Amino acid sequence: MSSRGPRLLEWRLGTVAELVQETPRVASLVLDVPDWQGHLAGQHVDVRLTADDGYQAQRSYSIASAPEDPRLAITVERLDDGEVSPYLVGEVRKGDKVELRGPIGGYFVWRATDARPLLLVAGGSGIVPLMAMLRHRAAAHSTTPTRLLYSSRSLDDVIYRAELERLASASDGVTVTHTLTRMQPPGWKGYARRIDRAMLAEVCWPKDQMPITYICGPTPMVEGAATLLVDMAFDPASIKTERFGATGGSS
Amino acid sequence: MTVQQSDLKLDGNAIGGLLREIFAMEMTTAEGTCAHCGRVSMVGEVVVYVNAPGAVVRCPSCDHVLMRIVQGRGKYWLDLTGVRCLEFSA
Repeated sequence: MSSRGPRLLEWRLGTVAELVQETPRVASLVLDVPDWQGHLAGQHVDVRLTADDGYQAQRSYSIASAPEDPRLAITVERLDDGEVSPYLVGEVRKGDKVELRGPIGGYFVWRATDARPLLLVAGGSGIVPLMAMLRHRAAAHSTTPTRLLYSSRSLDDVIYRAELERLASASDGVTVTHTLTRMQPPGWKGYARRIDRAMLAEVCWPKDQMPITYICGPTPMVEGAATLLVDMAFDPASIKTERFGATGGSS
Repeated sequence: MTVQQSDLKLDGNAIGGLLREIFAMEMTTAEGTCAHCGRVSMVGEVVVYVNAPGAVVRCPSCDHVLMRIVQGRGKYWLDLTGVRCLEFSA
């Protein structure tokens, strides 16, 4: 289970055991990976595709499954001009082999033994590593007070929507707040704008409760939210960020 | 399509796999000291641009270049001029 360990990071083959269409553009691949060493919530894997002519393309994908889950899951958003994601979302089939290496990363990880109140801020597919944390929290029977603020373009773009509803209704300390930035269903009473200072002030923990915060999503959203929290006098050392670039945008 | 600089701006988490090709340890928790401003940053929180031929790593405080990593023709080129010290667990 150690995330470090001086061993070579080797490419290995996983077999697609299950495919879950999460939204029209997003799918989860549940993989059987022989001799998987285990991972920590928040880590990622590199996935490599090789064309018939030998050309290789490689991308990083966050692990969506909890460390406690028997199989490894990644969740991938299809980018129409992408080299890897259109294959993983739409073309790959059950039983196919996928080449991957990992787990990678030790900075953007959360352990259920951390008792600090947890604030998770996600934009678009930035929810994925945070979902691994929520699944880890549930699997470890943690009651750490946890708040998720999740920004999506529309309700149809919300990844893991049903599971998030279940987690929030389990009465074990998780609240989930959505903001829908582009399109809202009729009668929507939630937030309908990009994450701003007023929203963070309403949703996040008071800073004197010393929360630990994880922010993941498109680069401008991550930097915006982190800057706002620092302006609100949150300890920068307690704010961890992961930037996904321009992809998976929630704007 | 308009490519903005912010589109290509990532962070040290994005080069975790690349660094594990070079180093035996998980490196996103390594701490580097900026040779220009002295700020100590975890690799996970530094600024990374991967649009260059390779990766350019910049200090999140003063924006000076910490590292350049280029890979090709079966070789790595690792320029660490901007890092005064890189500290990581054995």
